[in-house]
Amino acid sequence: MAARPGSPGPTQTPIWFWAIFAGLATLGIALLFSQDHAPYLSKYPRDWIIPLRFWISDAMYWLVKEFDLGLFTFKELTRSISWLLEWPLSIANNFLATGFTFSTEPGASVILPPAPWIAIVAIFGLLAFHLSGLRLAILVTGCFLYLAFFGQWHSAMITLSSIVIAVPLGVIIGFVLGITAYRHPLFEKWLTPILDLMQTVPVFAYLVPVLFLFGFGPVAAMIATMIYATPPMVRVTILSLRQVPEELLEYGNMAGCTRGQLLRKIQIPAARKSLMVGVNQVIMLSLNMVIIASMIGAGGLGFDVLSSLRRLAIGNGLEAGLAITLLAITLDRLSQAFTDRPQHSHSPQGRSVIGRYRLSLIVLVILSVSWFASRYFPALGVFPESLQITTSQFWDNLVKWINVNFFDQLEAIKTFVLINIMMPVKRFLLKTPWVIVVAVIGLIGYRLGHLRLAALGVALATFIAATGLWSKAMVTVYLCGVSVLFAAFIGVPIGILAAANSRINRITQVVIDTLQTLPSFVYLIPVVMLFRVGDFAAMLAVIAYSIAPAIRYTILGIQQVPVHLIEASSAMGCTRSQIRWRVQLPIALPQIMLGINQTIMMALSMLVITALVGTRDLGQEVYIALTKADTGRGIVAGIGVACIAIIADRFINQWSRKKKREFGLPV
Amino acid sequence: MFTAHLRKISIALLTSALFSHSALAVESKDPIILTLHDWTGQLINTELMGRILENMGYNVKYQQADYIAQFAGLESGDLHVAMEMWETTGKQAMEASLSTGDTVDLGETGMNAIEEWWYPLYMKEKCPGLPNWEALNDCAEAFSTPETAPRGRYLGGPVTWAGFDDERVEALGLDYEVVHAGTDAALFAELESAYQRKAPWLGWVYTPHWATVKFEGEFVDFPPYSDACYEDSKVGLNPNMAYDCGKPRGWIKKVGWKGGEAKWPCAYQAVSNFRIDNATVGQLIVEVDLEGKKISDVVNAWLDANKSTWEPWTQCN
Repeated sequence: MAARPGSPGPTQTPIWFWAIFAGLATLGIALLFSQDHAPYLSKYPRDWIIPLRFWISDAMYWLVKEFDLGLFTFKELTRSISWLLEWPLSIANNFLATGFTFSTEPGASVILPPAPWIAIVAIFGLLAFHLSGLRLAILVTGCFLYLAFFGQWHSAMITLSSIVIAVPLGVIIGFVLGITAYRHPLFEKWLTPILDLMQTVPVFAYLVPVLFLFGFGPVAAMIATMIYATPPMVRVTILSLRQVPEELLEYGNMAGCTRGQLLRKIQIPAARKSLMVGVNQVIMLSLNMVIIASMIGAGGLGFDVLSSLRRLAIGNGLEAGLAITLLAITLDRLSQAFTDRPQHSHSPQGRSVIGRYRLSLIVLVILSVSWFASRYFPALGVFPESLQITTSQFWDNLVKWINVNFFDQLEAIKTFVLINIMMPVKRFLLKTPWVIVVAVIGLIGYRLGHLRLAALGVALATFIAATGLWSKAMVTVYLCGVSVLFAAFIGVPIGILAAANSRINRITQVVIDTLQTLPSFVYLIPVVMLFRVGDFAAMLAVIAYSIAPAIRYTILGIQQVPVHLIEASSAMGCTRSQIRWRVQLPIALPQIMLGINQTIMMALSMLVITALVGTRDLGQEVYIALTKADTGRGIVAGIGVACIAIIADRFINQWSRKKKREFGLPV
Repeated sequence: MFTAHLRKISIALLTSALFSHSALAVESKDPIILTLHDWTGQLINTELMGRILENMGYNVKYQQADYIAQFAGLESGDLHVAMEMWETTGKQAMEASLSTGDTVDLGETGMNAIEEWWYPLYMKEKCPGLPNWEALNDCAEAFSTPETAPRGRYLGGPVTWAGFDDERVEALGLDYEVVHAGTDAALFAELESAYQRKAPWLGWVYTPHWATVKFEGEFVDFPPYSDACYEDSKVGLNPNMAYDCGKPRGWIKKVGWKGGEAKWPCAYQAVSNFRIDNATVGQLIVEVDLEGKKISDVVNAWLDANKSTWEPWTQCN
């Protein structure tokens, strides 16, 4: 029998598992050769497909056109929400990017121009200095000067204005949901699967319903951004409230705190640091959405990236993309500085209030002085075009040079990988009868976590087949699988090296930060130029985007190996390579596998983007649905992606938990 | 900043002097929302129209929206005018939308959409029989890549812009494999790459577009398109299959929200009066995409130089 979860000592995979596995494999081959007898076992028949996508489309139609809440219709409700959200958004936009007109006349002169660039640079520099010190101030000022000198200012301010509204809203909503879930376990039970879906269904899938309900424009883009970026905040809130030490709560109760006081005075301050991790995630994910949001009307840097790449102005696209990365880094470091800032909890309350007061006073002074000054020196208000610089020609020429001189070598590599690795995997997955795949998933699920996990896997896989998405799902699994494999082969060794050497570690961190925030479209187009449209180009883009967690978790895993184990093994006379291969890696493996799990999640979320270079997977299905405004089709395909993600996630997590228990590591 | 203001004010003064009757008499100050898509020609035409409407005294807003998904917004009145709907790619969506009665056909733009299989001119040396389509099979090898060899490789447009290329290949017995680009950005990236190396390339190209100006090349001559050829398998060279002919060439139309007709009648009339041709737009596209000028500068220059063309569009009765 299978070892019970929790039983100590390493376990061997039992004979029965391999026996059933071999039986299924034989059955699969038999099915392949005798397709005439039971064709429904190898290919899911068309007649059995549940027309779920049409039901969803009809439901959406009903929701938008007919659903009446009594006093007003559902659409009027959603429209009034978007009307409400439009106010702060347009004020932020006027302040940062376009200026206030106070008039609806066409061509009415701008009464108050947008905040001068010099003021924004100064304010952010000052804020950084106040929060952390000179180093951060220099970094932040440098990032903003890049925006000014490289001609990205106006677009960056449009993007920033939607971020400064979307992030606080997302944080607040996430926080409120998190607290409610923390207090009411039943609510949490309902919320968790919804959060799973929100994080795994590709954004493109719900863009269409969002457009229907909230109208075209920046508000709809912002709402889509919030749907995507809020879930981590909810999870982090629940988690960090739970981690507040029990004694503190008891102390609060003894002091006679009300529930609100307990929250404000004890729980939030105690959980502050981990809550900020959630805030940070919201910022990063919101910036990840910039490109997609620009497709439905957010404008700004995302639009610049898209439109320059459509003209194949690679250099311009890269500069605009880099501007997004720098914005992300700036906001990330600022929010980190805010968390790490020394707390003056013991100093009198009054002083910090005055301190804050002083800061906003300085901001007001900077703004009004620079506004006034820019009337006479326009260069202070709007960065003069004559001073702007660009390196775009260099990047265009670089790609051209590589293309002309190295195409043949690159082509040879590509052909080798494609014909020897990718094609066989693809063919294998597409040929394997669906029943066998479902059965194998059930078998592995049972082995890992008994009946519940097996049932979940089988149900989700059957859902994919029943909605007629099987072959596209298999292409998805193939593309993601191969990419993740490569990402692991590259990422894990880099992680091992970086864990041992702090210099390599620092460089690696910068590179993966950039890869994660640089919009993938920026490198997708050069990749297509060098490797042509097709699966290989898509795979490279997926690897570039999803390699980061494989590296991060490897570093973490190796650093977490208990020191006494390493000391003990070197005392026993192990060589360094023996320590690495026999001690460090096996113990770090569960953690590394969690990194691989994150890599899979990121690879899946990249699929919609790779559909832009012609892959024929679920991502393409979602993309087609978007361009045809077909709500049902998009959502069903999106849920298909979510099913794959959830199966992979649950299985790997279960495995990792089991292994960690065997090694006696904290789970 | 200041000069821009002066120019704006002077334009406003000028137009109000010229069209004081219309500037004073616009029916509604609510902004007319024009949709922007993601190709340059459309951005130029939209901004041209927007500036003309502003000159008439209307408020104009621009909104980024997807080419097909925008119909949802046009039907509900979130969006008002779309300047380019191509017969070759958007006809079905447009007809479906018009049949709801919530949108209205605002007439042709005067531009002519051409889309077809296309190759760079240097390929003629390797394949002398071109542009005749029958030469394609003789050169399949020349157009092949390692993955498709010995068959040729044809890079089709995005799947959403249905082009029936798979069907065409089968019906005409072409020895080619159809590969779909996900977006036209990817498609033209490949073309640029091949062109830099003078390498073989065969793919889907449309015009008006900067590519046909930047790269020298030709469209393949297929048997001419007819409705019957697409619908009736008996018509055409292959007696058993449809799609045995070239792609349709056709109009590019303007579409609007039905409710706008009553709200801004003069503006809608101006939109339906709008006429321009391939050569003019092609030239403007080149100025923007290849010479790096700003769209607004190009549009202003054209408006200044062609008053006699566009002023009559704004006459309203």
